[in-house]
Amino acid sequence: MSREWISPYKQEKKLKDITRVTATIIATVLAFFIIFPIIWMFSTSLKGQFDVMSIPPQLIPSPPHWENFHDALTFLPFNLFFKNSVIYSILSVFGELLSCSLVAFGFARLRARHKDTLFLLMLSTMMLPYQVTMIPQYILFNYLRWIDSYKPLIVPTFFGSAYLIFMLRQFYSTIPKEMDEAAMLDGCSYLRIWWNIVLPLSKSALVAVAIFSFMWHWNDYLGPLLYLNSEDKLTVSLGLSRFTASYGGTPWNLLMAASLVFVIPPVVLFFLFQRVFIQGVVISGIKG
Amino acid sequence: MRKRSNLGALALKEERAFYLFISPWIIGFVIFTAGPLVGSLILSFTSYNMASLPRFIGINNYKELIYDPLVRRSLLITTYYTILSVPLGMILALALAVVLNQRLPALGVYRTIFYLPSIVPAVASALLWQWLLNPEFGIVNYFLYKFFGIRGPQWFYSESWVIPSLALMSLWGVGNWIVIYLASLQGVPTTLYEAARIDGASSWTMFFKITLPVISPTLLFTLVTGIISAFQVFTQVYVITGGMGGPNYSSHVLTLYIYRTGFKEYRMGYASSMAWILFLIVLVLSLIILKSSKKWVYYEVEQ
Repeated sequence: MSREWISPYKQEKKLKDITRVTATIIATVLAFFIIFPIIWMFSTSLKGQFDVMSIPPQLIPSPPHWENFHDALTFLPFNLFFKNSVIYSILSVFGELLSCSLVAFGFARLRARHKDTLFLLMLSTMMLPYQVTMIPQYILFNYLRWIDSYKPLIVPTFFGSAYLIFMLRQFYSTIPKEMDEAAMLDGCSYLRIWWNIVLPLSKSALVAVAIFSFMWHWNDYLGPLLYLNSEDKLTVSLGLSRFTASYGGTPWNLLMAASLVFVIPPVVLFFLFQRVFIQGVVISGIKG
Repeated sequence: MRKRSNLGALALKEERAFYLFISPWIIGFVIFTAGPLVGSLILSFTSYNMASLPRFIGINNYKELIYDPLVRRSLLITTYYTILSVPLGMILALALAVVLNQRLPALGVYRTIFYLPSIVPAVASALLWQWLLNPEFGIVNYFLYKFFGIRGPQWFYSESWVIPSLALMSLWGVGNWIVIYLASLQGVPTTLYEAARIDGASSWTMFFKITLPVISPTLLFTLVTGIISAFQVFTQVYVITGGMGGPNYSSHVLTLYIYRTGFKEYRMGYASSMAWILFLIVLVLSLIILKSSKKWVYYEVEQ
């Protein structure tokens, strides 16, 4: 035999190594493609007005125009938009944390007739397109004279969100029920069980809910578009989309600078709480 | 240990507590979901401009829908976008998840990078892609010309390219699905692969006969949620086309038409009838897929 004999074990190991090396190369190339737009956003945000259009394009701007960030954020009252977005998002997080944690406690820990039906009903509302309820909601808020205020955006968060309730309920269900029963025997009310036993044990799930909620409201566009008109009430997402219109031509360097600042809070949150975040995505993706 | 005589009272107390705890959701459901759902159905049979009272006009709105060429066009465009973005997104996400599942070194770093675009707010990514795909000064067309000698298309400014461009943009944000698929792949029992390998199965056979069936419930979930959200695509289109769905209505998705009819022309009745059509389409599609799923989704535990 001319060919060298290779043991099946070694052959398999070799095959596995080849697969892993190929996979690493593919993943690296694709990772580059995925991350490049963000790098390009950063690069553009530091360019001068005319460098943006230069051919060949420069990857590293020289000199870097750090003043772009100042210019972009003062051209429209972006400071105000940021304040609005922060207040809107934080109040919404508060509302959703409070309402969802109460409702999820009911669904996870208490027995009642029709509970399963109600739970299914709640899950099915996730499939309902927003466009179907949007118009009567608008008419209702208009009747209440809430248009051009944050009330139509914030008040509903105090009534829970199906998606977040589902997430929290999945988590609550993992806490041993014996703890409730012991507390009941000690004469604790359900409210105390919720506050003193379940909430402290579900800190990571609550953090996940808070982050999801924050990101959702920080990113929200259609809601603010429907309800906010006055310039001093705009959120960052609305302000950004009006940037081009107010400027005439598109100052891509300034637009990218403003976008970058808008992207930073969610990205920072993501990096700080990555583990919790990924868990949340997985819980919502693999239904129990 | 409860006394038998107390059981009824205790159960009743628990039930009352249950309804108290979920009362925020019940109230919200009635005011913000069920009420408006019925409301929009009723409105869809009226003519209402918010200035005067709604006027009942029977099925006229629905008649108008059928003959409105822009409705047909919006529906076609929305369907086209869904057909492009959802299957491609699923295939790409699955392929990447399989690659990541080869026990890569620094798996966490890759997962973070692939997930990152999902964190970028829709408005910001719309603006970013508008810049990347800028026909004159965009980096994508520059690379296409430099490395392949191709004159890149007009992307968002071309009638035939605008929807593919939007789909391309949506592929960038596919990280959510990668994370879900990866978790699902990690749940496939390795004993199945070992047994198959002893029987001499190739990698492809194992992928199609083991991996796909085991993760099929996850595929079903992403397919349904993907279609539902693709049919509701709005923000990206609105921001990129300045609310017009251009050029020449070639990205005029149904949600944009609903928005314009309701909030620019104040034809609340007509907009409601469109919203109901959107709802029915999404509902019927979901039901068809769920029904067909019994044939292709594999459940380990018989239900």
